[in-house]
Amino acid sequence: MRQEAPRPIVELRDVDKRYGDGPLILEKISFSAERGDFISLIGPSGCGKSTILKLISGLSPITGGRIVVDGMEPANAVEKLAFVFQEPTLLPWRTVAQNVEVPMRLHGSDPKLRSEVVRKSLSLVRLTDRMDYYPRQLSGGQKMRVSIARALSVSPRILLLDEPFGALDEMTRDHLNEELLAIRQELAWTAFFVTHSVSEAVFLSNRIIILSSNPGRVNSEIRVEFPYPRTEETRESPEFQRRVAEVSKILRSVERLHS
Amino acid sequence: MSAQNSRGGFPAIARRLLPFATGAGMVVAWSAVCLSLSADQRFLLPSPREVLHAFVEKGPTLWAAAINTGGGALLGFGLAVCLSFVFALLLSLSSLVRASFYPYLMILQMTPIIVIAPILILWVGPGLRSVVIITFLICFFPMVVNTTQGLISTDRNLVAFFKMCKATKWQEILLLRVPAALPYFFTGLRIAATLAPIGAIVGDYIAGNSAGGQGGLGFLTIIYSSQFQMGALFATAAVGCLLGFIFVAGVIALSWLALHKWHDSFSQADT
Repeated sequence: MRQEAPRPIVELRDVDKRYGDGPLILEKISFSAERGDFISLIGPSGCGKSTILKLISGLSPITGGRIVVDGMEPANAVEKLAFVFQEPTLLPWRTVAQNVEVPMRLHGSDPKLRSEVVRKSLSLVRLTDRMDYYPRQLSGGQKMRVSIARALSVSPRILLLDEPFGALDEMTRDHLNEELLAIRQELAWTAFFVTHSVSEAVFLSNRIIILSSNPGRVNSEIRVEFPYPRTEETRESPEFQRRVAEVSKILRSVERLHS
Repeated sequence: MSAQNSRGGFPAIARRLLPFATGAGMVVAWSAVCLSLSADQRFLLPSPREVLHAFVEKGPTLWAAAINTGGGALLGFGLAVCLSFVFALLLSLSSLVRASFYPYLMILQMTPIIVIAPILILWVGPGLRSVVIITFLICFFPMVVNTTQGLISTDRNLVAFFKMCKATKWQEILLLRVPAALPYFFTGLRIAATLAPIGAIVGDYIAGNSAGGQGGLGFLTIIYSSQFQMGALFATAAVGCLLGFIFVAGVIALSWLALHKWHDSFSQADT
């Protein structure tokens, strides 16, 4: 099926990164993502997982190597990307609907189109009934969903998620994981997902890239073959549990290597 | 917004009346002190009744002086708000600009107004113009410092988000930095509002138009003190105090309008 090797949508080749004169944070990072991949990046803290997202998004320049996003330099591919930060990063003085509208407003798109897209994006995260609320009136999970709706509003082809559910309780997190996959089922973007949670990574992704630290390198890659759509039952199945245990074991060995 | 019935076992209405009760108690104590003074000491402390009498007798004069001083305070305050905002925007652009101007801003704040006043009188003449400039000088610093702080403390993630959206510098300032700075701006505004009437009275006292007799509260202070009109002096102080209250109340109302919907400083319980 993958014989003719379709052109990857994101490709990193021997990417190095250091900040200023500091030590090398990432060394010779190479991997590529095909359309529709859901790739989780996991590794000990400080291994540069989040930095990889920043490099792909063009927020931060690379020191060496090459990144190609949809055939372009990252800085030129900004329109194809959307970033979901660790925190909801909403504008507190704008309502939910106005927050989702911000990227479109900054791009100067047609106001009529905007309100339509806002409604559609919010219905994807099931928050249309909170359109006129201010962020402070929402729960942590709801705020994160607004943040996701805002990212989806620009119809990205690539979604970069930097530990978006890390601050939420487990129930909410599981719930939002399922929601995220349901949305993916509808709008087929490619996702890069940074997380500390192995079970979250196994549940969401078809590929998990494990990084080691000092400097960050690709340690190994694991394919997760459970078919999409995945549901709560997937999470409860023994194969799933086995997979989580397996990944955790590798992660532990990577961490031991560096401590 | 449910009315809290009791706090510390005290009914809400009694709580509201509490300041009036202390006020009445203070007036009684004040009268008692007056009565205990001997005849040759009486002039030191006017009785509540004498102050009230001064209010009635000097009413029109006090009213005109309050308008005069209040107007000067408002002009100086308004000037400080506008200019400090522009200046803060410039300062927020880069740390180099801040490094070059902050020391002089400090120097401006440290220079005693009393010393500047005679210079001002020579430059722009006594009266309203001097009063406005002195008020401006007093209000400017807290406004600039707070607003600048607000403009440069924008959440870094939000700035990164705006960058990702390819926002122009102008969009970043208008849609992100300025609204994010509003709570800081209003903190500066509140400090400046308490200072503005004091500034105007001090300005009027040292650089007011003492010639034409149409001075403000500072000018009245000079006249009443030279004539030992203690009751009238107390009444003047009360009017100055009232002016301060009006300024602060105005700023609180403005900040409520701008912030109550989204900012935590106006969440459920604001007592």
